[in-house]
Amino acid sequence: MQTFFSIGVDALAYGMILFVISIGLSVTMGLMRVINLAHGAFAMIGGYIASYAARDLGLAYGLAIAIAVLGTIIIAVPLERFLYRRIYGAPELTQVLMTIGITFCVIGLANYVFGPTLKTIPLPAGLQGPVDIGFRTIAAHKLFAIGCGVVVALALWYLIERTSFGVKLRASVDNTAMAAALGVRTKIVYAASFALAVGLAAFGGVIGAELLPVEPYYALRYMVTFLVVVSVGGAGSIPGALIACLLLGAIDTTGRYLVPEYGEFFFYLAVIAIVWVFPRGLMGRAK
Amino acid sequence: MKKLILAVAASILMSASAYAEVIKIGVVGPFSGPFAIQGKNFKAGIDAYIATHGDKVGENTIEILYRDVPQADPAQSKALAQELVVKEGVQYLAGFYFTPDAMAVTPLLKQANVPMVIMNAATSAIVTKSPLVVRTSFTTWQTSAPMAKIARERGVEKAITVVSDYGPGVDAENAFKTTFEKEGGKVVESIRMPLSTNDFSPVMQRVRNSGAQAVFAFLPSGPTTLGFVKAYNENGLKQAGIQFLAPGDLTQESDLPAIGDAGLGILTTFHYSLAHNSPENKAFVAAAQKAIGNPAELSFPSVGAYDGMYVISKMIEATGGKQDAQKAVDAVKGLTWESPRGPVSIDPETRHITQNIYLREVSKGADGVYFNKEIKTFEKQPDPGLAAAK
Repeated sequence: MQTFFSIGVDALAYGMILFVISIGLSVTMGLMRVINLAHGAFAMIGGYIASYAARDLGLAYGLAIAIAVLGTIIIAVPLERFLYRRIYGAPELTQVLMTIGITFCVIGLANYVFGPTLKTIPLPAGLQGPVDIGFRTIAAHKLFAIGCGVVVALALWYLIERTSFGVKLRASVDNTAMAAALGVRTKIVYAASFALAVGLAAFGGVIGAELLPVEPYYALRYMVTFLVVVSVGGAGSIPGALIACLLLGAIDTTGRYLVPEYGEFFFYLAVIAIVWVFPRGLMGRAK
Repeated sequence: MKKLILAVAASILMSASAYAEVIKIGVVGPFSGPFAIQGKNFKAGIDAYIATHGDKVGENTIEILYRDVPQADPAQSKALAQELVVKEGVQYLAGFYFTPDAMAVTPLLKQANVPMVIMNAATSAIVTKSPLVVRTSFTTWQTSAPMAKIARERGVEKAITVVSDYGPGVDAENAFKTTFEKEGGKVVESIRMPLSTNDFSPVMQRVRNSGAQAVFAFLPSGPTTLGFVKAYNENGLKQAGIQFLAPGDLTQESDLPAIGDAGLGILTTFHYSLAHNSPENKAFVAAAQKAIGNPAELSFPSVGAYDGMYVISKMIEATGGKQDAQKAVDAVKGLTWESPRGPVSIDPETRHITQNIYLREVSKGADGVYFNKEIKTFEKQPDPGLAAAK
């Protein structure tokens, strides 16, 4: 029984970190229909900025997160304006080629500017060290990550389903011409949602840095996992991504705990099974 | 007029080549990609050697040609080695960070009449693949086996091994297990993790439940190490008194700043610490830090490269710059010298380096820099891995 809870807590923490990073990708792929392979690169940029702010400039952790999110958005907005805007609605191959190109450029730049070593983001005292939760100890920053995941999920759901911005976003995505004709400024809506997705990536990159350390190859290393989450959850669906993360986190963690020698066998077996039964992901929308 | 200039230029060039040979050395390693830092260390070690010894051996000038194999890729490694031998006419092949890359090149050596000096690849068997292979780095067996003795000395009865599931990881597991059980201990469980593991919490829980007094771990240097050490602390293993034992790959100097205080007190056994206290090492570290640019990036592959260059210079001396691979290799069999890591020699039988293995503890200096403090020496350790493989 203790083992069960123990695995459960680890799975929840891992799943939530995956969720915070991947949900931005789900937004770009599902709502904006852009296959953004540079998503991991934006998460990495966030991590680097936070590391620089907190470690080299000595700023507070909360402030470092804010600077990382804003800084990444500031870097991403011109990219959206001059590069991404050209590939909205373009064939998938074009999108893949351009975004993977951006990823390689970012990797090269990160390697050149920050060097190939690992970068850490120093945690505040309150998030360091283990916390006793009754039947075992867990890292305080993992509890923090779980909390962040819940907040992000609720806030995003509210934004897309319940606000006028959400209505405009969904309208622009479903029929850009009609939305524009009705007075929605689609270009601004697209730019804003891209900024949102990038900001979420940066946020995830920072709070997940304890588990997925920041180094130049971050941008590619974890991209497959992020894509798997989106395809299992169904692109564009927040509850879908959440369920996918928790499910995959649970399968991955349980597998690693009980039968580590099988590696990621169960993880990918589950992915194959889910995508076979739900080709659009657990909660994907029909086109 | 033009013809005259050409003729003068040609005669200058020809007379120059008649006086001294340029001896080319081809170095294959990861100079870009995720392991670029290790390739940088190769280069730093080689540059440090040239900075301190000059680029001349006798009358001959050495020239280094670098070739990049970003990840373990035997086919590319072989192709590049072939190109170096055939097109560039190199007399020596050196470098090789990954075992498969080195293994792929060994069949070429005899026909090419080229010796190979391995500056890192750490699987015992490579030296058996060709009589023209000399290694100046270490083997995972060599650095892991002493740790089992330490564990027994410190009263550990039951240990658990946790390794990444790939060649060197399995080597480390076997080395520790064999030695530990020979010394009378018991390995209660051996866990092999996939290389792509990010979250080590479940593994740590298993370690805790296994009832072992110590965990022996091996992971490739780099990002995963950080997560592993953190998970060890955060899951309360440190408080529970479970000792953390590992070969020095886990606490390579360039990863230490990232691991930070979480790493303090970790015991590792390894052949080289940047903090080794000797005049040779101080001179080497100063030169290598200058060569690499950012001192924080300097790590153990640099010393393998530095000593590799020393061995090659001895080979060039012995052959007088003539291409004769067998003579070159024979000349360094039994070669003994004082390396930055301590006294070393090339075993005449295995052509692998015999060296001291040190027990080190991760410590923090007065200046806030983390380093591997040597606290015990195992003198003149050969490679036990070859004997075990037989």
